[in-house]
Amino acid sequence: MAGHPTENPGYNLTIVKAFALCAVVYLVVGALVGDIIAWQLSFPTLNLNEYLTFGRLRPLHTNAVIFAFGGCTLMATAFYVVQRTCAVPLWSNRMAWFTFWGWNLIIVSAVISFPMGWTQGKEYAELEWPIDILIAVVWLSYMFNFIMTIVNRKTSHIYVANWFFLGMMVMITYLHVVNSLAIPVTMTKSYSLFSGVHDAMIQWWWGHNAVGFFLTAGFLGIMYYFIPKQADLPIFSYRLSVLHFWALMFGYVWLGAHHLQYTALPDWAGSLGAAVSLAMIVPSWGGAVNGLMTLSGAWHKLRDDYVLRFLVVSLAFYAMSTFEGPVMSLKTVNALSHYTDWTIGHVHSGALGWVVMVSVGAIYHLVTRLWGREIYSVSLVNTHFWIHTIGTVIYVCAMWVSGIMQGLMWRATDDYGNLAYTFAETVVAMHPYYVLRSVGGLLVLFGALIMLYNVIMTIRTADQPKPAAVRV
Amino acid sequence: MSFQEKLEKNVWGFLIMIAIVVSIGGIVEIVPLFYLDNTIEKLTKDEDSIRPYTALELEGRDVYIREGCYLCHSQMIRPFRDEKERYGHYSLAAESKYDHPFQWGSKRTGPDLARVGGKYSDAWQIQHLRAPRSLVPESVMPDYAFFEDHQIDASLTGKKMKALRMVGVPYTDADIAGAADAVTGKTEMDAIVAYLQVLGTMVKFEEGKDYRE
Repeated sequence: MAGHPTENPGYNLTIVKAFALCAVVYLVVGALVGDIIAWQLSFPTLNLNEYLTFGRLRPLHTNAVIFAFGGCTLMATAFYVVQRTCAVPLWSNRMAWFTFWGWNLIIVSAVISFPMGWTQGKEYAELEWPIDILIAVVWLSYMFNFIMTIVNRKTSHIYVANWFFLGMMVMITYLHVVNSLAIPVTMTKSYSLFSGVHDAMIQWWWGHNAVGFFLTAGFLGIMYYFIPKQADLPIFSYRLSVLHFWALMFGYVWLGAHHLQYTALPDWAGSLGAAVSLAMIVPSWGGAVNGLMTLSGAWHKLRDDYVLRFLVVSLAFYAMSTFEGPVMSLKTVNALSHYTDWTIGHVHSGALGWVVMVSVGAIYHLVTRLWGREIYSVSLVNTHFWIHTIGTVIYVCAMWVSGIMQGLMWRATDDYGNLAYTFAETVVAMHPYYVLRSVGGLLVLFGALIMLYNVIMTIRTADQPKPAAVRV
Repeated sequence: MSFQEKLEKNVWGFLIMIAIVVSIGGIVEIVPLFYLDNTIEKLTKDEDSIRPYTALELEGRDVYIREGCYLCHSQMIRPFRDEKERYGHYSLAAESKYDHPFQWGSKRTGPDLARVGGKYSDAWQIQHLRAPRSLVPESVMPDYAFFEDHQIDASLTGKKMKALRMVGVPYTDADIAGAADAVTGKTEMDAIVAYLQVLGTMVKFEEGKDYRE
């Protein structure tokens, strides 16, 4: 039975379903909180009370999108891909469910922690020490199960998507453990082991690699499985995948220092970070080309394949963001862009354009496979695609304009060499763009809601005609 | 069989290679910061009055961290002319050597605060925190009037100082013993104003000296 390629050798698809559903729900939550804080910056009276200020909700937004949405997507896809490409079931179903409930417990505790103001005060690593320990344990359970499934594999080689998942798992373990080292005072308060310049470097080593590994390497694993699968074609170039993988593993870890140029971090470190950042264009574009060229000769599929459309546009955003990033790390550009909304725009072209698009494509693909039927409404998927794309473009453009304007206004001087604008004047100038950004975010939120509805309707209609015996 | 192919057939080998390759950047870029002498500037006796935060300032700093002020305010002035005009002398690494965690920030939705200490009166700071738009109509900052309703929990201050001493902040036994008394009866408003007023005031800069060579 197991030898027959069309049969299911006891894959655990229920865990994949659970994580995929959570991802869709958390996308709505993350986008909702994100849009709320965007409106708060547009209209500060929306900071309703001490638990719901921008300062407390912003970590909730970032953690919800990165770890709740991104994390659940990565867990759903990694557990799916590893079983399919190794042709064996997960090593341990129990451990997989431990990962599932543990991860959700972490998310719930984050939802409580941040409005309460329990934070370590380091971006994207705000959760306090007891939750950090839980994250480490749950993350290792995810990684161990994944590795042991590969160990059991029936195929001879480890498929390229799994390399990227493995790379992410190893690096995130390093990063999380080192960056979270702290001395506890109470259950909800601790102090970082490191201080000042050292803490800054370690934080941004973490910060940029949360992007580079969690949000890039992991999602490239998704790209390397779902694009060839959906297009029904092999990956364009094996050699390019090898280059892409090792260059990414080696290079990304250096980039954190480019967040600290012209700060009190010694210049050599910031310059090193910027130099490697520039070089990273090569592997990043190599990877994007690899994904896009996989479709060569099959571009007509884009006309009616709604999943492929998400995946391809995600790669276009990936290519754009991985070009923009190195440009922003150049010292002269960074001098202008740092501390401005341009950074926020860059992050969101990566997050909304690349991460969300590739995830959404993969999840639509998964939903039809896992529940064994066509999507409830293709036209709703198309609506989602356009509303999300337009929302993202509005968001990113608004932040480009406001960011560059902000940077220029801060440094502008009058004929006598005095500063041309007070800080308050630059805040006023941002207002229209903040409103525009909130509208863009609202569109993204609508898109996510449409997806949730579509996925639920697909599942509900799938349940009715199928007798229990057909379930895998 | 190429090395790559061997790795693709052996997950443990693959993992070890990954673990090595991703470590190199950190080892070259981060580890030296801990032993190179010039990572933190050397200051003369006249310049250097950098000290750990007092009990009240420390509590104020914890309020600052709790509220996520670092998400909109940086504490890191770069060596540019406009930043000097607007905020003052560029920041030194030495100035945040007791900051666990650092609060340099990454975004200026509001102005940099690295040298806000002494720029405004206590009364201005209190009114501004209570209702920012009453003083700066353009501001998008939330109101923090509730700071005045929250008393500092004096039972924790000493513990906090002990924890910080474990990670290298030179608090004395006397500092720790006196911590509770120093904050008893104080509100979070008193604390955060004390913290803001000390920011960037601990170094006496020598005009024209290059601190970053």
